[in-house]
Amino acid sequence: MRELLLCPPDYYGIEYEINPWMSRAHGADAALVQKQWKELHARLSNLDCDVHLISPQPGLPDMVFTANAGLTIGRKFIPSNFRHKERAGEQPFFAKWMEQRGYDVNWLPENLYFEGEGDALFGGDALFCGYKFRSDIQSHRGLADILGCLVISVELVDPRFYHLDTCFCPLPDGSAFWFPSAFDEYGQRAIREQVTGLIDVLPEEAMHFSCNAVVIERDIVLPEGAPRLVATLQDRGYCCYELPMSEFIKAGGACKCLTMFMPQREKC
Amino acid sequence: MVSETIELRGHIIDSLILPKVLDQILTHGANFKIGEIKIGERRADQSFARIEVSAETSEALDELVLRLRQHGAEVIERANVQLASAPADGVFPSDFYVTTNQQTFIRFDGKEIEVRPAMINSAIALDRKKESARAVKFFDVNKGNEIVVGHQGVRVVPVQRSTTHTEIFQFINTVVDADEPKSAIIRELGEELRRAQTAKRKIAIVAGPAIVRTGAADHLVRLIEAGYVDRLFAGNSFVAYDVEHTLFGTSLGMNPDLAFTRGGHENHLRAINTIREAGGIFAAVRKKILTRGVMYACVLHDVDIVLTGAIRDEGPIPGVTTDIIEAQKVMRQKLADVTHVMMLATVQHSLAVASMLAPAAKTVCVDIDPAAVERVVEHQPLQSIGLVTDVEPFLRELADCLSESRVRE
Repeated sequence: MRELLLCPPDYYGIEYEINPWMSRAHGADAALVQKQWKELHARLSNLDCDVHLISPQPGLPDMVFTANAGLTIGRKFIPSNFRHKERAGEQPFFAKWMEQRGYDVNWLPENLYFEGEGDALFGGDALFCGYKFRSDIQSHRGLADILGCLVISVELVDPRFYHLDTCFCPLPDGSAFWFPSAFDEYGQRAIREQVTGLIDVLPEEAMHFSCNAVVIERDIVLPEGAPRLVATLQDRGYCCYELPMSEFIKAGGACKCLTMFMPQREKC
Repeated sequence: MVSETIELRGHIIDSLILPKVLDQILTHGANFKIGEIKIGERRADQSFARIEVSAETSEALDELVLRLRQHGAEVIERANVQLASAPADGVFPSDFYVTTNQQTFIRFDGKEIEVRPAMINSAIALDRKKESARAVKFFDVNKGNEIVVGHQGVRVVPVQRSTTHTEIFQFINTVVDADEPKSAIIRELGEELRRAQTAKRKIAIVAGPAIVRTGAADHLVRLIEAGYVDRLFAGNSFVAYDVEHTLFGTSLGMNPDLAFTRGGHENHLRAINTIREAGGIFAAVRKKILTRGVMYACVLHDVDIVLTGAIRDEGPIPGVTTDIIEAQKVMRQKLADVTHVMMLATVQHSLAVASMLAPAAKTVCVDIDPAAVERVVEHQPLQSIGLVTDVEPFLRELADCLSESRVRE
């Protein structure tokens, strides 16, 4: 049974603007926020996942996006070092929570920005890591040192897709779906060389955060608005659950951003 | 030819970081020599490369190394910054480090210290006791102050390209030429200003006298009346032109409302004299001498007016800061919280403002001279738009667009 970490959206809202999706002029609808998050929680719970909840904290509206808490491999937890001061306050809460549950907390040097599972996803035997907008490439070397695995660093070039998990979603069979133009040409080539059976997501579907999906074996929970992608995934034998995520997309997040795997992998 | 040695470590082969770095060196007109390379034997093994990078000038090399650092390149000297004492008040030691407006750290005593504020074209002064570093201008340095020299131990963190909601500021160094359409951009800009106003951001205008001479003052007044201007930065001449236009209907003797009318050049000086006699702009409004125009609208709508002078100025009009050092200080202070700036038809003033802005500020530069627009846009490379056009149609369309959206509301 997969274990997941979620955070109830009690203090969620658009209180600052740190990515192109966020606009304080277009706030989230509080009732709809609760409804959409509860649907995600219920869906993941029904997929036979053990969903843990961390207490939300006032003044930290983006704590709901637990994917950015850090990266968990086996019993090792590597906390994030957030680039924006608006989110830096989340780090101690997540680190303490994981530590209290017996995880071995491995810190990266504090001068290296790293935004957790949002920028670090396993595909095959490689850990794919995004850099530039949020995480520093230097943090990837820190991850490789701690984990001893192959780390493929890819540059993100479209500010709308500022975390790796907004434009790249590995699948358990070693393939992945992705939005290629979110990466520079070297990143695209590196991914193509490492991943077989790639599914390109159309720009209009990528804009619905379709790549921001939670994959639990053959089940995929993703935001609604990507009929072509869903059809392709179904052809490959995956079962897709499309959820409304409008209120979280206003902050630049969706299903995957709201979920952290504990752990993402048992071992590298 | 100058050179620097960089190192790359990690999975630089599978990630294609090594070829990317080498390609970037060549596309920037520099050269490289690989001093040492160790390629990991197993998939999980990390690789290592030491590369000597050489370029024609130290500026070109610095710019290139800055780019390569984004991809993980490290300059091998992880040493502390080098320091030298300021030889006299107002003088930096030779070879002092010149700042950009990007976030900058210096390494001292094994620690990284952030330089505050992020201010372009300054030196960096270190306070050992407080373990703090600040960007300092010439007037701010005293004999004996410890100043960073050379590039060693300095780390610059580039700002991410765009954190805005809209597309309009997403492209770097966008310049719309004279023969390209502008209406869509002006509409987008209008939307951006509306959002900024709603979010209580600070919008500033840098105004050149051509606004009055081309007959665009009334459009600017409409923006002020609608609350889209929090601060107005201008020189003595803008005020003089505006007042002359208000009092005599002319600007430097020309009547913008009548075709081909000349004469009345002395109106300019009479206008300045009237304001001096009244005791300044505010007094002239209070005494009902000034009853319309841009300055009148600013007083009426509580726009913060920041006036600075130049050598050619007549007068000056009371309220104009004529001491340039003092003017820099005032402008810097008044620009600290500004998020949006429209620089309209004034190259020198726009360049001064652009050089003092925070890297995240969004700027629009409008001028009829393409070279002027290019220069200003280059100063704020991350979120700036330049429009090559006469300022009058620009302001007319922007004011129309913003008043239309108000009607829609």
